[in-house]
This record gives sequence, C-alpha cells and structure tokens, in this order.
Amino acid sequence: MTTSSITAEVPRQRGEGAEGPVLEVRDLHVEFKTREGVVKAVNGVNYSVSSGETLAVLGESGSGKSVTAQAIMGILDSPPGRVSKGEILFQGRDILQLPESERRKLRGPKMAMIFQDALSALNPVFSVGNQLGEMFRVHQGMSKKDAKAKSIELMERVKIPAARSRVNDYPHQFSGGMRQRIMIAMALALEPDLIIADEPTTALDVTVQAQVMDLLADLQREYNMGLILITHDLGVVADVADKIAVMYAGRIVEQAPIHELYKRPAHPYTRGLLDSIPRLDQKGQELYAIKGLPPNLLKTPSGCAFNPRCPKAQDICRTEVPALLPVTERDGTELAGRGSACHFREEQLHG
Amino acid sequence: MSELTKSTAGAGPAQTAPAAPAEPAIARVTQWGEIRHRFLANKLAVIGLVLVALLFLVAIFAPLLSPHDPYAQDLTNTLQGPGGDHLLGTDALGRDQLSRILYGSRIAVVVGLASIFLACVIGIAVGALAGYFGRGTDSVLMRIADVFFAFPLLIGAIVIIIVMGRGVTPVIISLAVFSWPTVSRLLRSSILSVREADYVLAARALGANTRRIILRHILPNSIAAVMAYAAFNVGGAIVAEASLSFLGVGVSPEVPEWGNMLAAAKDFMGVKDYLWTYPSIAIVLTVLGFVFVGDGLRDALDPKLR
Amino acid sequence: MAELDKKDDAVDATPGISEVEVVDAASETAALAAIEAPVDRGEPILQVRNLVKHFPLTQGILFKKQIGAVRAVDGVSFDLHQGETLGIVGESGCGKSTVAKLLMLLETATSGEVFYKGTDITKLSGKALKAVRRNIQMVFQDPYTSLNPRMTVGDIIGEPYEIHPEVAPKGDRRRKVQELLDVVGLNPEYINRYPHQFSGGQRQRIGIARGLALNPEIIICDEPVSALDVSVQAQVINLMAKLQDEFNLSYIFIAHDLSIVRHISDRVGVMYLGKMAEIGTDTQIYDHPTHPYTQALLSAVPVPDPEAREGRERIILTGDVPSPANPPSGCRFRTRCWKAEDKCATEEPLLAIPQRFKSVDSPAAHESACHFAEEKAVLAV
Repeated sequence: MTTSSITAEVPRQRGEGAEGPVLEVRDLHVEFKTREGVVKAVNGVNYSVSSGETLAVLGESGSGKSVTAQAIMGILDSPPGRVSKGEILFQGRDILQLPESERRKLRGPKMAMIFQDALSALNPVFSVGNQLGEMFRVHQGMSKKDAKAKSIELMERVKIPAARSRVNDYPHQFSGGMRQRIMIAMALALEPDLIIADEPTTALDVTVQAQVMDLLADLQREYNMGLILITHDLGVVADVADKIAVMYAGRIVEQAPIHELYKRPAHPYTRGLLDSIPRLDQKGQELYAIKGLPPNLLKTPSGCAFNPRCPKAQDICRTEVPALLPVTERDGTELAGRGSACHFREEQLHG
Repeated sequence: MSELTKSTAGAGPAQTAPAAPAEPAIARVTQWGEIRHRFLANKLAVIGLVLVALLFLVAIFAPLLSPHDPYAQDLTNTLQGPGGDHLLGTDALGRDQLSRILYGSRIAVVVGLASIFLACVIGIAVGALAGYFGRGTDSVLMRIADVFFAFPLLIGAIVIIIVMGRGVTPVIISLAVFSWPTVSRLLRSSILSVREADYVLAARALGANTRRIILRHILPNSIAAVMAYAAFNVGGAIVAEASLSFLGVGVSPEVPEWGNMLAAAKDFMGVKDYLWTYPSIAIVLTVLGFVFVGDGLRDALDPKLR
Repeated sequence: MAELDKKDDAVDATPGISEVEVVDAASETAALAAIEAPVDRGEPILQVRNLVKHFPLTQGILFKKQIGAVRAVDGVSFDLHQGETLGIVGESGCGKSTVAKLLMLLETATSGEVFYKGTDITKLSGKALKAVRRNIQMVFQDPYTSLNPRMTVGDIIGEPYEIHPEVAPKGDRRRKVQELLDVVGLNPEYINRYPHQFSGGQRQRIGIARGLALNPEIIICDEPVSALDVSVQAQVINLMAKLQDEFNLSYIFIAHDLSIVRHISDRVGVMYLGKMAEIGTDTQIYDHPTHPYTQALLSAVPVPDPEAREGRERIILTGDVPSPANPPSGCRFRTRCWKAEDKCATEEPLLAIPQRFKSVDSPAAHESACHFAEEKAVLAV
C-alpha cells in the first residue's frame, strides 16, 4: 500500500479541552410511539466525552446505544421517536434547545457520524470525490476544483492507495474496507470536534477491521477529537477506548476506564458478557451463557431491567431501580471514573 | 445501525422491540386473522373498503336505486340543472343523470374486475414460468412481455375493437392484453428475490421437489405484491375504460357509462358543469377506493410488518 | 456451465474407496446400502476431494457469452470424521459459504468429489440423493431469512417429515415437532406461532430443530451465530455442543469468528480465496500456525482482555482480499504476505505437511500451503 506523503496539518489547538467535555449527555430520555404503546428506548443516560478522549458505548441490539447517538446527532426518526427529557450539552450549550437550522450547521463542521454500512451510507450515483467535495462546497463555499483537491488530500489521509486516480470512482467500485475509509474521510472532512462511530467495523473482515480501527485511533489522536465508539463487541474496543459505558435496556449499567472494566466488572451483566466470549487462549467445555433474552422495551421488567436474567437477583432487584452509583475499593476509597447500577455492585466487584 | 427505529417505525401489532420474547399469552393466530387485523387497523384501507363496497352495492342494486330508466330520452326536459325530479339534472337528450351514473357503476365494476382478473391469469402464468425457470425461458417470455408493454394501449385497443366490434368484451380484452406484462414483471422480480431466500434453500436441502418449493415457499411469498397490485389497478382499469369510451372507442355512446357521460358533457364545459362534475366524482371515488384497498393490502400482506 | 481449467494439482490424495456410479437400479441399492451403513466414531464420514466451483461471468442480455469465471472454490480437499466438529474459517469471499452449498448439493460442483461414506454424492440422483439429503442437514446464518415467514413453526419443523414421510407416520409428527422444540429449549406450545413472533436467538433454535428433525448424521452450520446478540451467541453454541453429544452428530462449522470456531471445533481449516491455506487440530492451528495468513488472522482477533494482548505481536495486513475472478498467480496470499518471494508468484504451494516439519514430532507438523511455512506464536498465552 502506498502511504501518503502529504504531511499532516498541525492539529488545531482546542481551548475547551481542559475546561470541560466536548459533549455531555445529561439524563437523556428517548421514546418511540408505536401502535402497541410507548417504547422507552433510552431511560436517563448520562455520559461525557472530552477532546482527545474515546468513549466506547457497549450494548446489544435494543440497548439504546444507537438511539442515544441519533439523539445527539439530531437524526432521530421523529415521529415516532422523540427526546422526552434531558439535555445534550455540546461545548457547553444545550443543543436540544437549538432550532433545527442551527443544529444542521453543527453536523459536519462540529460533529460527524460514521455508520456501520458504508455502502448504504454513501450515495451510489455520485462519485466518491464528488461526495467528499460536497462537504467543502456546501459548508465552506469552496470551488469545485479546490474541493476536488481537498478530496484527494482527504483520501490520502485515510490511506486510500492511488487516491488521485480513484477520486472519480463510485462507491461500489471500492471494497468494504476502502468504503469505510471513505466514510471516515467524510466525517473528518471539516475537522469536527466530535465523531460518533456506530459499529464502524462490524461489517468488515477481521484483518480489515484491525486496519480501520487503527486508522480511526490515529486520526483521532492527530485531530484531538472526542470519539464515541458504539459497538456490541467487547473485543474491538479494548485497544482504542479510554473509557467504556455498558448499556442495557436504555440505561447505563456500568461505567469504567477501559482496563478496569475487563479486569474487575462491577455489574453482573458485564461479567456475563465477558464470560460468554470464547477466548482463543482458553478452551473450556461449556461457555458461560447469560440466560434468557434481552428485555422487551414495551414492558421493561420492574426494578432492575436485568433482574430476570441475573444470577444474583434478590427481592430488592425486582422492586427498586438501581441508580448508577460510584463503586469503592474495599477500604472505602472511591474508584475514579467507575460506576455501576447494581444493588450489589460492591459484592460483584470484590467477588 | 439503528436497532430501534427499524422496528418501531410503523410497527404492526405483533411486533415488539427487536429481540423481545414473544409473549406466551398470544394464542394461535391464523394467517388470515392477522392479515385482516392489520388491514382493519389501517384507516385509509377501511375507507377504501367502504367506497368499494358502496360501488358494488350500487352496481348490484342499480335498477332499484335508479329513479328513471337510464336510456329513456325526454326531449322536452333536456339539460335540466340538478334538483326537482332529476336530482342530478338531465343531459342533452333529457336522460336522467343520476340513473346513468348509477348504471355506469355496473360497467365500471365488470370491466375493472374482469380485465384485471384476466391480466392476472396471463401475468401470473408468464411471470411464474419466467421467474422460476430463468435463463432462456425468462429471456423469451420477458421480451414478449416488453413488446406488449411498449405498445400504446389506445392504438392496440382501437385495433382490437376494429376486429371485434364495439362493446364491453373487446374493452376488457384490450385492457387485459396490455396490462398483463406489468403483472408478470412484478411476479417475476418478486420470485427472483424469493427464489434465493434461505428458506427456499433450506427446503431444497431437505429434498423438497419443485412443486412443493413453488407452491409452499415461492408463490405464497411472492404473490402478495401481485394481489396488492391487482386491487390497486382495478381503479386504473376503470379510468382506462372510461378514457376509451370518452374517445369513442369503448362501449357504444347510448350505454350509460361514465366515459360516455364525460364525452357528452365536453361540449357543455363552462356552461353546464354539473354534466361532467358528477360522473367525475364517481370515477375519482371509485379509483381512490381501489387505491386505498390496494395500499392497505400491500401493508397487511407483508409478514415482516414493516 | 462451461468447463474451465481445473486446478487439481493442489491435492494429490484420492481416498482409497471405490467410486459408486449410480446408473441402474442395482447400483442405486448398493449406494443406498452404503449411505445407511453406520460409521464408527473417528472414521471419516465425509471426504472432500479437489472440490471446484467456478461461477461463470457472462455478458449480454439476450445472447450471453462467458467472459470469465469467479473461482469461488478452487480445489479444496478435507475429511470430516464421525462425531467431530471441523471448523472452517476465512474472510468474506474466501469461498467458505460456497463449500457449504456444494456439500449440501445446493450448487453443482464444477469438478471434484464429495464422498459420503464412500459414495460420491455429487453424482447421485433419485432415491439415493434423497437419502443423502436426509442425512446431511444445514443450519443457516440468518435466522430472519431462513424460515418461511408464511408458515407456522410447526409447519416449518414438520416439513422435513412431509418430504420424507417414511421417517415419521402422520399421527406422530405433531408430537415429534413438540419434542424437537423442547430439545432446542423452546416452549412446545409455540408450535402454532409464526417466525416473526420470535427473537433472533429463538429463530435460530427453530432452524436447528428443523435441521434435527430427520435425525441427520452431519450438520453443516454456515455462520450459525454471527447474526445473534453476544449474550445469545453463547446460548446457541452451548445448545449445539449439547446436541452433538446427544445425537452423535458431526459438524462442519463455518464462521469468520475465530474465537467461536476454536471453542467448538476439534479440527480447523483456514480458507483463503477459494483454497485451503492450512488445516489441523485446533491446537495445531491456533497455537502453532505455520501459514502466514493464519498467523495474521489470529493476530488480528480482538481479544477482550487488554492485558492478554500487551506483549503480543500484531500483524496488520495491508490491502484487501483480491477478487476471486482474477486471483494472483502462484500463492494466492502473496499479494498481502510479508514473506513473499519470487517463488510465490510462480509456483503454487501445495497443501501438505511442510518438508522441514515432516520428520519432527511437533504440533507444527500439519498441512500448510506455504513455501516458507514456519512457526510463529501470535497468541499471548
């Protein structure tokens, strides 16, 4: 593969990095109205990302991880969906209060999204260069020629070989991995402060996954952006994320710095997920399996949503919703950045 | 990517959140019961059904409902405005407009249903053969379909009517002859996608024969599009039939038929507008009825409950 | 289908079994008898030899002419032993799913043989073919498309009995279906429901029940859990392991997830671009890989344990898998291989135990199609 010879621009210094997070989600609730009732997809999610930081949001289908991202981006399908409560602070101001025209101006220059399926996210009737260049023409009023030059530069930045000759190719002419690079280039085009990547490597092969993940991590460091990485795969994020939030039934059930989570999970759901992954380096007879099925969001179980599947559930779990509270070391010192929404989080943590 | 919006947007009754367990309380749901339930939950479909039912009732009971003989001329009472003895007025020959509109529904129903039925019979046979066997059979049948598809309906109809003479049957035949290609194309493409479905592969892997695969697996899953199209296009056929009559190549002018009425009214446009407004309303309501029913059917027949 | 140049130089061995040509009634009975005969545990039950599948690429609407071929499977050979699980791994486009379809006789092989208990099933027809179909079943990847949405669960699981009425008398079928539902961990009362009333994991269980209905000997699983949620994957894997013991099944387990394949497989074959790159026991492949592609694949596996991955070497391959319509000459992996030399472009490496390991009693002594096969530990232990 030819590596780009164009030197990277000096990363812009972002003043807000030290002062506060780029994005802060506070008590976010999202509902969907359906014929059978209201689906509570997100029930009070709190998280934040700072510049240069990577937050992994882990969850199964129906956990609300993608819906939260759509609410942040302002691309929620509404109706039927709507944000019923909460704030989304982007660089300090609540973007939920902004009119749609203002929010549209944020998408692209300030925040961008990378989707799982690059083939359906790219428009098949326009060339890749055209679609990349559109970002510059629309948002920066660049001329066609300049925009094209910029597109080539971007394609080189995401390490697409022979960018100059491929700029006029159409999305279907690229392989899956290359298309995902184009998606990344598109998200990066206007150097946003925040990128949300929704399962960016799920559709890719293992060997290509590693390439794309590395690229994403490199670019994030280079541009000093905030990155939210949405995934269902505990393995994929282990290398690149700084901290992780595990979602279940529309709530964050556990929050931790990435290494801590793998070492000592403080929620039975996280424990179960970690145990149910077969390891290459250990071959057991029976895999640990979380019993039961993910909850029906039309009628989430009372109390802790995980209680019907939890091996440790007690009476209190069926009646009281556990709040996301800090977990402490045995001697009572608080563990920085850690939280668990389990009534028995200390027992879980200390085994 | 979005695990929720996919299922919640316009979800049907039996659908819950994606991975949600089916509730044990659900008793046996028959296929038809479920389709009916979904159809009736759709307001527009119900409106359509009411309109279509009204049309059928009017067509059946036209002799009882009509205040006058639709053929009876009354040259002393021509071009009477609506009101009095003639609720919707009379035409240039003094015939009662209301009676002619009521009787006109009979032609509309007969031509609409018969032509679409015929088109479906030809179209399903051709489409199923082309779709299932593919390759050469497909190429030949589809090129034939293309020829009929490309031929202008009016010219074709005129040719058929020159050969067969004017009347209801030639109209039905000419409409069917030029609309079956759409049916066969629809069915063919639907079969092509279903043919590759994993459940068809699964049946083949079990050793199922061709007959079982077509009848149990392919047709039930591909016919829905055709049924919805058929319902939808009865309205289209009625409009086409009216157009033929309007142009003077349909049924004979003395027959009470909506296209004929419009043709007779065109000389009085701007002067006696009631002559064309009421037949037009009849056509519009009829077509809307079938369109709504067709749409409702399409949604109700989709087992994926989009 | 056009006959293309067959590449049968990759593997030399033809199994020492008599080919049964099914032409007349007498040989059909012979074939039937062979198919019904039991096979001892550990003996080969399925032997694949030089299997080739080329999909012609055509051009033109009315008069099609062939302009090339996609070499989806290009000379693959392996054995499946009774009672074992053979895992097949590879990236998308490597031909692993085509192998599944060829073994299921859902596609006609361009050339090559598949011996089931000594009978070449690619040439069977009629009764003998039906008997083979009864004994080899499949579990599909996508639980959302592999069940007919217009049939009830009872009809879906019961359909095998309608096709093979000799397996269960009519009166027995409903009870049998309910038993199967119970075996795969579903409530037998669900028999009258439609597939869309179930979640992905439940639907995969229905698909497994259908596969079990005829009491097959071999089940070919094409990515059976990759469409499921993580927490449900483990349930299905455990179920499949349980069923294997209970019904004495042999599995071919095709997947791209290396961790799951190792967990369930006794032996593993690694495919790349229509060819088998390396094959051996799970320990041989995972702990002592000798083919550079296997090594790269293993090193790219995300390990959900940040500490286990410190210290391990990561091989990040450049580029993508080349098109199977135009594969590289010689070794197909050479365009992405860091060891490639001139020899790799001209001479195709055979799948055999590498010369240097032949006389050594080491786990590295297993079949690997590389000129420069050598051990390299890529998994941190």
